[in-house]
Amino acid sequence: MNNMENMIGAKALMTAMEKEGVKEVFGLPGGANLPMYDEFARCNIRHILARHEQSAAHMADGFGRVSRKPGVCFATSGPGATNILTGIATAQADSAPMVAITGQVPTPMIGKDAFQESDIIGMANPVVKYAFQPRHASEIPEVVKKGFFIAETGRPGPVLIDIPKDVQQNESEMVFPDEFKIQGYHPWADPDIVAVEKAIDMLMHAQKPVILAGGGTIISSAFAELQAVAEALMLPVVTTFKGKGAFPENHPLCLGPIGMHGHAEANKIMSEADCVLAIGTRFSDRSVGTFEEFEKNLKIIHMDVDPAEIGKNQTAQLAVVGDVQMNLRIMVKLLLQKAIKKTEETPWVKHVKETKSYWQENLKLHPGEMGAAKLLRKLREILPKESIITTEVGQHQMWASLFYDVIQPGTFFSSTGLGTMGWGFPAAIGAKVAKPDVPVVDIAGDGSFAMTENSLATAVLEDIPVIVFVMNNFTLGMVAQWQRTFYDRRMIGVDQGKYCPDYVKLAESYGAQGIRAESMDELDKAVRDALSSDVATVIDIPIDPEEDVLPFVAPGTSLKDMILPS
Amino acid sequence: MWAILSILVENKPGILFKVTHLFRARDFNIDSISVGVTDNPEYSKMTITTYGDEKQIDQIVKQLDKMIDTVKVERLDEHKTVYRELSIFKIKLSNANDSMEINKLTNAYGGKVHDVKKDSIMVELTATPDQIKAFEELAKPFGIIDVARTGVAALQRSGAE
Ligand SMILES: Cc1ncc(C[n+]2csc(CCOP(=O)(O)OP(=O)(O)O)c2C)c(N)n1
Repeated sequence: MNNMENMIGAKALMTAMEKEGVKEVFGLPGGANLPMYDEFARCNIRHILARHEQSAAHMADGFGRVSRKPGVCFATSGPGATNILTGIATAQADSAPMVAITGQVPTPMIGKDAFQESDIIGMANPVVKYAFQPRHASEIPEVVKKGFFIAETGRPGPVLIDIPKDVQQNESEMVFPDEFKIQGYHPWADPDIVAVEKAIDMLMHAQKPVILAGGGTIISSAFAELQAVAEALMLPVVTTFKGKGAFPENHPLCLGPIGMHGHAEANKIMSEADCVLAIGTRFSDRSVGTFEEFEKNLKIIHMDVDPAEIGKNQTAQLAVVGDVQMNLRIMVKLLLQKAIKKTEETPWVKHVKETKSYWQENLKLHPGEMGAAKLLRKLREILPKESIITTEVGQHQMWASLFYDVIQPGTFFSSTGLGTMGWGFPAAIGAKVAKPDVPVVDIAGDGSFAMTENSLATAVLEDIPVIVFVMNNFTLGMVAQWQRTFYDRRMIGVDQGKYCPDYVKLAESYGAQGIRAESMDELDKAVRDALSSDVATVIDIPIDPEEDVLPFVAPGTSLKDMILPS
Repeated sequence: MWAILSILVENKPGILFKVTHLFRARDFNIDSISVGVTDNPEYSKMTITTYGDEKQIDQIVKQLDKMIDTVKVERLDEHKTVYRELSIFKIKLSNANDSMEINKLTNAYGGKVHDVKKDSIMVELTATPDQIKAFEELAKPFGIIDVARTGVAALQRSGAE
């Protein structure tokens, strides 16, 4: 029993977080978390003030995805806690490590409908990896230790710690444990050598094998291993959208994301394949279309850290459970031992390369100077390869999927699971806090940016110079595209035009830099100015409100039925 | 397909909610549920019966297993398991013979008779859900006034692990 000390719960929280290596947190105070806030005055943790709890959570999420350590966010009880829920659910849907800490009314008031009381544990349970509500100050050190452990191990996710105000204030003898036990939690499975051997065998015998890399590949940083396997076996690589950039997108074997808004060549090749090595993916409907159609004539090898993913959406012929980096490492080793390295280009690989160049050359693009593809290719051209991209949700997100090539693996992040508009900008702020030395750009739509634009205050006051690249079509573009395509052009609730603020002035009013770019030259200059600026910059780029994202796989159809630009 | 799941959970407030919520959120159905603390007060045991195809049941087991509060999740083979449910029937008595008939029926199913009144009788039956159903069918003609059932409790037979 070392480290025994007398202190109040709130102080124990800070001490426990310092022991976890927490240096920055994002949040917004209120009555029920004031004892904790007071401790920020006396500890080495930097508190970054968000302007909405949802944004605080997205900041923590962006921080967590980039650093792969739990990002921490704070909210008060009641409305603060309910506001943070969207951020928590977003992190859960994308397996992002996060610890959310909410204040709660004092224990004697719980259940009495007290002022600003909400049963946040009850509300959050379905969207967290785990939730704690310590009832005695002395529980706090162990709860924090367990919370961080649960958030970052196995399949990462958000953990909620809801602390009643009296528990924050009460003094107790605190023991900061080095060890603890969570009986029902088994985040690690041993690597499965036998299954990996079988997988190699299946891939060697397949005529048209492909790798499908999902977000789990990025979460476990299995980049080098993925590349080694793909190159040794000459396997074309497609990704899910969440797995975008798990494999360098300028690599000859890379075809980019599949799915509803996937690349034509990726969808084509995926639907022709006879065997897929699926890595760290949940086979989301947005990626694979209809489940029955996807698994037809396809042998699936499913590698995942989460055993519950095996067979959830797609039936796998072979399951390889465990950390994907560990299992891929074994695969690389076995390939080396067996001296397996394909050098001859198979007819399949030849076909893959031809398909890729055909679609890259023949994809019909918007004719205008400021068409989406051109804007994003320009951005790619100027940004250093280690730059981090976040996106909002909508057409701009899908254009980014199509036209912005991720060259350094693991530098592209998006809300792909929940699809949360307003995620990208605060997440970019969190990402920049995690990696202050690389440029961080949020690729945004005007509608999404409007949801969390007040985070400009945080970016400016806290000196976090991110770039917001607003592809401004003055409309909720993605919804508008669906209305044009599926609802006979009845455009309801999508026009932002009349109510859209002037983003240049808006940025300036927050003390940020605002630049409008109406030509390629202006855009070029704007991005370069933004990169050299030490203040957050919003680049407002007016675009054609009628431009569609194509190709497109309509909901409820299969990858084969992709709609192409006419 | 009918399945019996035996779930050892930490005996903490809110666990029942979490387990049942998991069924709702994943669109699985609970056929019956029973919960009680084990010989070790740190744990409770839940027995849940459910219907689904092989794939669905496999998924339920995996999702339950993934829950941090579940210590052990097992799918029990009904042929190697003792499983019982307690039920109480309140049955109408319309004529003098009814009481005797119901007594006979109850004996045949190993049940017990309670609270015999002029116009109703109560029967307690501990049996498998199938047997309870069969008893119910036979009792129906008399007129069933009310029924209460507990849900299945189950334990694997020794040597069947
Ligand atoms: C919080 C939230 N509300 C609604 C939606 C539904 N939705 C998906 S895309 C979209 C439009 C996005 O508009 P914008 O950000 O301007 O991007 P664009 O599609 O124009 O590029 C909407 C409303 C959502 N994903 N998230």
